[in-house]
Amino acid sequence: MTVSELAEKMELEVFCLGDPEHGIDSAYCGDLLSWVMGRAEMDNVWFTIMSNQNVAAVAVMTDLSCIVLTEGVKPDEQLLERAKTEGLNLLGTSLSTYRAAAAFAKLEDSPE
Amino acid sequence: MQDIVFRSEVDGNDYQRAGEASRHTKSALKRLGLPPEIIRRVGVCMYEGEINMVIHADGGTATLTVGIDKIVIELKDHGPGIPDIDLAMQEGWSTANTEAQTLGFGAGMGLPNMKRSSDEFKIDTVVGEGTTVTMTIYIK
Ligand SMILES: Nc1ncnc2c1ncn2[C@@H]1O[C@H](COP(=O)(O)OP(=O)(O)O)[C@@H](O)[C@H]1O
Ligand SMILES: [Mg+2]
Repeated sequence: MTVSELAEKMELEVFCLGDPEHGIDSAYCGDLLSWVMGRAEMDNVWFTIMSNQNVAAVAVMTDLSCIVLTEGVKPDEQLLERAKTEGLNLLGTSLSTYRAAAAFAKLEDSPE
Repeated sequence: MQDIVFRSEVDGNDYQRAGEASRHTKSALKRLGLPPEIIRRVGVCMYEGEINMVIHADGGTATLTVGIDKIVIELKDHGPGIPDIDLAMQEGWSTANTEAQTLGFGAGMGLPNMKRSSDEFKIDTVVGEGTTVTMTIYIK
């Protein structure tokens, strides 16, 4: 699944889609940046409520496929700016982190 | 091939922009065509180290040396030093302030992440003088 397919299937709000064809491999949920740095894996979707620009740095450093802000959280101005300059995928949903991750898991399991 | 050296000054006052040096270094490594997994490990080590210099030590200098078979990352600061390295190395132990915590830092996972992502990991620290963290990642 690509990030643009994920955005469509989960009806995510698009803040920035710098790399829509980026392939997705599993996901990680977390708000403590070092925890995400240590545990998230390459090409993961990252579900988080953190919305400052350090989120972009973590996504770049760990080669994540996209950031999904949950709970209706909007990116702050600097995060949006950073995501654009770094060509990141920054999306949003009104679902809780749990609901969003559960919906993603369902998509992951369903045949294409 | 001669070693390639990248050196950056890390501003200790800007929590928001912390990570700049790591990002620049990462793009430079990509341009050098190093394997993605190596670049990722260097990124994790350098970013965590850079964040530590910003939130715990008022900035410092990051030096990255790319050789034929290894990458060495040195993070040097003149901050307060680390009184008890064993304690600092424990997952979850942190002295980060609330400002850092609000931004998502201070999980107490930085040093353990750096150790796990590198092949060699060394801390030299003197209380009241500063800290130097040196990490080596072998390019296979
Ligand atoms: N460069 C440094 N200078 C002084 N103290 C440091 C430095 N790096 C780490 N520390 C100390 O070690 C602790 C653990 O560091 P770390 O594992 O990165 O977690 P965190 O940064 O989330 O607190 C820090 O809270 C701090 O007390
Ligand atoms: Mg840290």
